[in-house]
Amino acid sequence: MRGAALLLLLIVATPAVANTPLPSQRLANTELPDPAQEARARGLMETLRCLVCQGQSIADSDAAMAGDMRALVRQRVAAGEESGAIRSWLVSRYGDYVSYDPPLSRATWPLYLAPIALLLIGVALARVSFRRRR
Amino acid sequence: MIAEAGLVALWLAAALALLQFALGALALRTGREEAMLGIRRVAVAQGLLASVAMACLIAVFAASDMSVKLVVENSHSAKPMLYKIAGAWGNHEGSMLLWVTILGLAGGAVAMLEHRLEERTLAATLGAQALIAAGFYAFLLIASNPFARLWPAPADGLGLNPLLQDPGLAFHPPTLYIGYVGLSVAFSFAVGALVTRDVGAVFAKAMRPWVLGAWIFLTLGITAGSYWAYYELGWGGWWFWDPVENASLMPWLAATALLHSVTVLATRDGLRAWTVMLAVVAFSMSMIGTFLVRSGILTSVHAFAVDPTRGAFILALLLIYIGGALALFALRVGTVRQGTTFELLSREGGLVLNNLLLTVILGIVLIGTLYPLVAAGFGVQLSIGAPFFNKAAGPIALALVIAMAAGPLIRWRRDDGQAVLAQLTYPTAAACFSGAGLVVLAGWIGLLPLLGLALSAGLAVASVLPLVGRNLRRTPMFTWGMVVAHLGIAVSLAGMACDAAFTTERLVAVRPGEPVRVGPFSVTLVGIAPVLGENWSGLEGRLIATRDDDTMVLRPQQRFFANPPTTTSETAIRTMLDGQLYTVLGAADGQGRWQLRLWWKPWVTLIWLGGALIALGGALSLIGRVARDRRAALREIWA
Repeated sequence: MRGAALLLLLIVATPAVANTPLPSQRLANTELPDPAQEARARGLMETLRCLVCQGQSIADSDAAMAGDMRALVRQRVAAGEESGAIRSWLVSRYGDYVSYDPPLSRATWPLYLAPIALLLIGVALARVSFRRRR
Repeated sequence: MIAEAGLVALWLAAALALLQFALGALALRTGREEAMLGIRRVAVAQGLLASVAMACLIAVFAASDMSVKLVVENSHSAKPMLYKIAGAWGNHEGSMLLWVTILGLAGGAVAMLEHRLEERTLAATLGAQALIAAGFYAFLLIASNPFARLWPAPADGLGLNPLLQDPGLAFHPPTLYIGYVGLSVAFSFAVGALVTRDVGAVFAKAMRPWVLGAWIFLTLGITAGSYWAYYELGWGGWWFWDPVENASLMPWLAATALLHSVTVLATRDGLRAWTVMLAVVAFSMSMIGTFLVRSGILTSVHAFAVDPTRGAFILALLLIYIGGALALFALRVGTVRQGTTFELLSREGGLVLNNLLLTVILGIVLIGTLYPLVAAGFGVQLSIGAPFFNKAAGPIALALVIAMAAGPLIRWRRDDGQAVLAQLTYPTAAACFSGAGLVVLAGWIGLLPLLGLALSAGLAVASVLPLVGRNLRRTPMFTWGMVVAHLGIAVSLAGMACDAAFTTERLVAVRPGEPVRVGPFSVTLVGIAPVLGENWSGLEGRLIATRDDDTMVLRPQQRFFANPPTTTSETAIRTMLDGQLYTVLGAADGQGRWQLRLWWKPWVTLIWLGGALIALGGALSLIGRVARDRRAALREIWA
């Protein structure tokens, strides 16, 4: 149900795509003719979340909605659009939830700080184990 | 009748767990021998009763007894027998019953086999194990009764998720659970040693085989799970940084760190408090994993039931056990002496570095997994996946590989920097040459894959160096184990880097007879034919793939299951010495074309071969340790 609703939303939100359903269907499961463009599309698809799946990217999913999103990404890559622009376009429609690569922001700075903080705390703790140099 | 017998066994097991805890407390207080003897017997009986309950559940599934609610919800009489049996744990209640069964059996095994630990510490350990078991029995009996009846009984069941109808279901969950829950033994040992203030080398030597055993099963379970996802999901991926995968990776990371720190404690009586802490953390990660998967907080193929009360129950258990253990740790850590301190450049120093890096990776995975849940609590929806984990944990993992290459070459106590560097000549040369060779032959393949391949070559050379110049027949088994396990990491890393660098992918729609090139292969769809399975019907594509003079036939399928109605694609994979050809049949486009997904993945099998080597190394190590203990015990008897 949720899948159908989101699908509907997708179609309503993108009239340009809705007008041309056939090429979109084809691009869901077949590659772009230009290998460089396909590689770029693939890289992008691997970092976009399939919104109706169970923790999968749209590059790894059989769900119909993932197929539609793949077609969308390929269409825009083929039209020469920048990967970053496609991502922000999707984020503006579906929210940050759609991107597996969250941008540095007020909500995510603790996340990006954590690895460095962990490493520093770890080094500080490990120092206790070592004999003091005389 | 069988269902009721199972329920009775479960209640009795729960009662025995309480008795076991009481006897443990009595043995600690009075030190009476009857209590000690009693607690061992009760622990064994409790494990056996839990197994009886599990056996009863398997029996009702095998018989397709549709008056049992769980069978109705998760099984179907037309299912093949293997999936009826394995389906017993392919659902929430059954998998939790398997969980406590293994918990009970682990406690029973400790009671029967453990003779080295001081009696009072053993009593405290078994008491702790019983307390954990009691909580999870309560969870089953109160919130997740697997034996509940349904009246009137329906004619047939709803069936099992077809994605789970695979031989993988028979092996993956039990293996992983033995690993997960086996870590409870390390947890109970740590609690027991804290209670009796008995943290030291003897405790470490007693705990080590149990940690090793759990770790071997965890390694196998993760490796098998990864391969299962790889061929079942049909998109060529083998690791998705899915929260459920992370839930199995976190206990493994903690157990790997524990395995190394317990060696320092056993050999040099150092890292006392830290080792105890890690033992608590390792099983805590297992419980957090169970909570994440079983609470319905995540949506995943593993999350069978979405029921908030169950989530709250497991969360409460989690807080009680982890909180209790940490409180005990805080109370007693003052009495645990720091233990020996080390020189910076020593084997101990290397192992501290190992623990530091592994723990940081663990922290990153934990934070990355929980962050979206916490953010959702603040009303922010976001996703964290491969890009974050690769960026944050990737560099640290590569640093860990370098440390792993050098560590076994450094002497205990103190070593000389020049000597270590001299030992590292060959590994460094291997890394540099292979890196340079790759750039020359294959061009620029990306920084992480290049580093991965170069470092795996260096690590492979470094990992066999501890054997050089030794009499191989007199080299201890556990040294062989270390060598094989470290070599396994190198092999697995090489597979991951090759998959990232050299995979070629084709997603095409073709008419029968049109050849498609993928890597060195030419693949042609020859025909499509209907096929029929035991509980599915389907379409099978016939693909002919040729490379040079080599011709092979692959038959990927589309399967349609009626109960529940689902379509799955059945991958056809051809494994060759130098890689795998991975093919999937998609839908028809109505104009005579069929979608095909084709991948040529050079050396990808090394990923799982490496995993198997790591587990084999663990097994050699375990056999070596146990055999040495036996000999030592025999000598003591004769002396």
